[in-house]
Amino acid sequence: MSILVLADHHDGQLAGATAHVVAAAQQIADADGGDIDLLVAGENVGAIAEQAAKLDGVSRVRVADNGVYAHQLAEPLADLLAALADDYSHILASASTTGKNVLPRLAALKDVSPLSDILSVESADTFKRPIYAGNAIATVQSAETLKVLSVRATAFDAVGESNSAPIDTVDTVVDNRLSSFVGEELAQSERPELGGARVVISGGRGMGSGDNFKLLDGIADKLGAAIGASRAAVDAGFVPNDMQVGQTGKIVAPELYIAVGISGAIQHLAGMKDSKVIVAINKDEEAPIFQVADYGLVGDLFQILPELEQKL
Amino acid sequence: MKVLVAVKRVIDYNVKIRVKADNSDVDLTNVKMAMNPFCEIAVEEAVRLKEKGVASEVVVVTIGPKAAQEQLRTALALGADRALHIETDERVEALTVAKLLKRVVDDEQPGLTILGKQAIDSDNNQTGQMLAALTGLAQGTFASKVDVKDGTVDVTREIDGGLQTVSLKLPAIVTTDLRLNEPRYAKLPDIMKAKKKPLDVKTPAELGVELVAKLTQLKVETPAERQGGIKVASVDELIDKLKNDAKVIS
Ligand SMILES: Cc1cc2nc3c(=O)[nH]c(=O)nc-3n(C[C@H](O)[C@H](O)[C@H](O)COP(=O)(O)OP(=O)(O)OC[C@H]3O[C@@H](n4cnc5c(N)ncnc54)[C@H](O)[C@@H]3O)c2cc1C
Repeated sequence: MSILVLADHHDGQLAGATAHVVAAAQQIADADGGDIDLLVAGENVGAIAEQAAKLDGVSRVRVADNGVYAHQLAEPLADLLAALADDYSHILASASTTGKNVLPRLAALKDVSPLSDILSVESADTFKRPIYAGNAIATVQSAETLKVLSVRATAFDAVGESNSAPIDTVDTVVDNRLSSFVGEELAQSERPELGGARVVISGGRGMGSGDNFKLLDGIADKLGAAIGASRAAVDAGFVPNDMQVGQTGKIVAPELYIAVGISGAIQHLAGMKDSKVIVAINKDEEAPIFQVADYGLVGDLFQILPELEQKL
Repeated sequence: MKVLVAVKRVIDYNVKIRVKADNSDVDLTNVKMAMNPFCEIAVEEAVRLKEKGVASEVVVVTIGPKAAQEQLRTALALGADRALHIETDERVEALTVAKLLKRVVDDEQPGLTILGKQAIDSDNNQTGQMLAALTGLAQGTFASKVDVKDGTVDVTREIDGGLQTVSLKLPAIVTTDLRLNEPRYAKLPDIMKAKKKPLDVKTPAELGVELVAKLTQLKVETPAERQGGIKVASVDELIDKLKNDAKVIS
């Protein structure tokens, strides 16, 4: 049987996470055999399908291009996947807000128990996943014939882009009378995506205000970093929600993570403790963030940040 | 309009968990338990809808052991009108939870059902979406704003790129994100009053749902601990370490 991967995309671009999800699918295929199909669903997604066809390991890109799939609303997308599901042993998507929205709905339509946020493929039916904010790792075996899995992208290395898989069209058009798109407010940023950045610098409540987040800009520019935040900084209105790192925000695992004015609550650590190198800047030498930091600098961020920017 | 809220009893979010020595599960003996934080937000939202005159009644439901009635009483103290306890000591898979909740939705016919987006123990983020599928209703997940209109509800959702607003046909299912509201604390007189509010108990069998398990937890491990590192004394030392030891900047 084959494996279906739902491609993640936004703003007309294939999301970087998709190449990581295909890598997870590849591991299942290595264990179990089967081809990997990649489904691109949306409106005017031809260019995204072209990008998707380059991903190594993909046998075929399937394109469902219709207005009903615009904005990837859960109701039509789950219906579409359910209509295609009988040809597949596994259906995977990134554990992004789209994947988490759609996959459980699909699973219930097919009467199967899904697994969220898998970190590793142990075999075709056994996977590891984090529980309790990543403070424990469960190994779970699924007895379902159809396995529906969302994948933590940072836990798998992306596949290459030297393929040119054939692209074909899915004609299934579902009807959606339940939901409609009203609008969106998307953060515009020239910086790399948080989930895929090589360096991330995050600010917490200690930043004091949204204006002070500008102190991170110069450093982020010099390091090519994405900028993140703690929940406290988001709740206080310093920065928008899409910057939140943690159990309920984004999961990042960059080469270098710099936490500034962040205390290191377990819910924050859940989102960044797999980073290769962690730097903490905090004026409280007892702050728990120092327990996970490779390099800790105790001091006032308002003095340290300008100096760091200047000396980098 | 009736509003149904589903809540879960979980480990208190401040508790540092321990894995059992035999790696069979997380050790929950003598651990402080509480209502899942996202469920508190769900209760708060329902109570606010009632205070605004949008909701006529708030019904709260939980699935779990006898002790989970504590969380139902908390919800009643926060302003829910009555409670339903579906009692079982077994581990119930999210899909089965959704099936049980579907029976409750069939019986109660709520205009809106609100759940937390995820429980902080299993971190699944599945039940609301599955309930929506089983009931054939629209879903507004990860909500940071809920605006009930005539026959529809506008839900603003926290998505990876920012915020998305969708309009859902009512009845609908909503799951809460952290910024939907800030839950109130129950006052002592309300806690006393909650003891007298109706609380019904049913079993899964009475609802006609069989507890099947398709997922087997083979093992639970503590993740590799990060080795604490060193403190550096200055920005110069930090830059030197990052360049020459860690080699993550050039
Ligand atoms: C269900 C649930 C889910 C959650 N999910 C998340 C999540 O996804 N992500 C997340 O981040 N949190 C999450 N939280 C919240 C988490 O528990 C903490 O409250 C939050 O991470 C704290 O943010 P903070 O470290 O910025 O703030 P604080 O804990 O207030 O820490 C601020 C730090 O800044 C330091 N500081 C202050 N001024 C200065 C200065 N001038 N120079 C240097 N240092 C300074 C202080 O010493 C302190 O350590 C969640 C909580 C719950 C209950």
